[in-house]
Amino acid sequence: MSELRQHAEDVHAQFSDHVDVDVEDVRERLETLVVDYKVPTDEARRSVINHYLEEADMEREQLAGGSSEAVSIEEIDEPERWVELTAKLIELWEPRSDSIDQVGLLGDPTGTIKFTKWAKSDLPRLEEGGVYRLRNVVTDEYQGRYSVKLNRTTVIEELEEDLEVGDDTSVIEGAMVDMQRGSGLIKRCPHEGCTYVLQNGRCPDHGEVEGEFDLRIKAVVDDGVDAHEVIFDAEATEELTGLGLAEAKERAMDALDTTVVADEIADRVLGSYYRIEGPTFGRYVLADDVERLGGPADPESLLIKARSI
Amino acid sequence: MSTTELTREVARRAFAAEFNDATYTFKESDDERAPNYALLPTGARANRVFFVGTLTETEDVGEDNEYWRGRVVDPTGTFFVYAGQYQPEAAAALRDAEPPAYVAVVGKPRTYEPEEGRINVSVRPETIAVVDEATRDRWVVETAERTLDRIEAFREWEAEADAPEGATTVPSNEYAAMARERYDSPVENYRRTVVQALEGLEETTPTA
Repeated sequence: MSELRQHAEDVHAQFSDHVDVDVEDVRERLETLVVDYKVPTDEARRSVINHYLEEADMEREQLAGGSSEAVSIEEIDEPERWVELTAKLIELWEPRSDSIDQVGLLGDPTGTIKFTKWAKSDLPRLEEGGVYRLRNVVTDEYQGRYSVKLNRTTVIEELEEDLEVGDDTSVIEGAMVDMQRGSGLIKRCPHEGCTYVLQNGRCPDHGEVEGEFDLRIKAVVDDGVDAHEVIFDAEATEELTGLGLAEAKERAMDALDTTVVADEIADRVLGSYYRIEGPTFGRYVLADDVERLGGPADPESLLIKARSI
Repeated sequence: MSTTELTREVARRAFAAEFNDATYTFKESDDERAPNYALLPTGARANRVFFVGTLTETEDVGEDNEYWRGRVVDPTGTFFVYAGQYQPEAAAALRDAEPPAYVAVVGKPRTYEPEEGRINVSVRPETIAVVDEATRDRWVVETAERTLDRIEAFREWEAEADAPEGATTVPSNEYAAMARERYDSPVENYRRTVVQALEGLEETTPTA
């Protein structure tokens, strides 16, 4: 029954700007069709929407566009708002569950935000680098971070123009305290446009494939106040460790084991201090500039302070 | 290597002298899986710490299984680091280490009671890495800075709390309040250890 309730709320949200509809009324209509008359949920929903369209004397097109307000990413500051975004797909991540079709990061000139597209929503696939107008997406919040969810009613329009993405550059100085799983020599799916990292030789989309080697580090840089998650791509990894992709492949080949690469990297970087500069994407900082930090800058002025307070 | 925690706990910086006084531990909720915190006497909670010092000795103190103890010395005292079969990488690092050496340690505070009324504080390491002298010196200065920040925040709160009208104001520093309730040692002691640590650095830094 909670599923019907969810559908009812979705339908209600679509209409709430146009007609005075009660969620309970929507739910009852859905329930009559689904429970009493055994109509499939999708069809029941379509039928109920049609009913209200007729009542409000509206066209279906008006509904999709009219019910959500166009906002910039930076403006998203509360959950459960229906909004319209024009954004570029910066990066696709690996979905952690079968119920998620696609998950990743969207960006516009004001910032970036995570998005989730549910498998059951049955929407077209989004491509990395594509610019889209997304109507009827719902905002969400988890532990202070906002995201948007694409749903069954979302209308996706691919735009021809490019979009500049605002990247708030971060500078972090701290100790490298951890390297996360998925660091070192990894294999990616070779299919064009697919960036999945293979798990046991399998791509979630393309099944068993002959992967292509890549080098990356997912690290935690901690300054004693915050723990920052930082991603180093192959180039940044080489800058950080002196170990490039070709050499990493050789090491793995010699040892008949790819994990030696991560171990070697950990040996070289854990426990040392770094200054890292790069854009923030969601919870990650992408390392553009990396500098290893030597001895302390100014112990004397600190000593003066310590003596005086 | 670890999987990502939902919100990763920051690694606090504290000198050994303060860390070893952090005998009071607590949880923020009743949930069994809620993280454990050690209360630093200068008024901060620590679920994780990061320190750099000289590994002076290692010893396998285990009976049936390997259980390695390392002593890591900073300018103010000694951190005791214990790693067994559930910390295989850290245990291997201690087994293979050749003291004396500078090491950087990331780990979790642990307390145990060897006898009634005495509580020892130690570290269960996540990683132990051999580092250079510059890294160690940087840690000393960084830790001095973080400790002074805590001491200043503690004193500001204390001044406010002890003011005549203070009784009615809400405590602005939860962990300072907790520290004053739980510990006898005044924060002044830790200011002195900061001075001591920085002075030690001056002596060994040729360009100072």
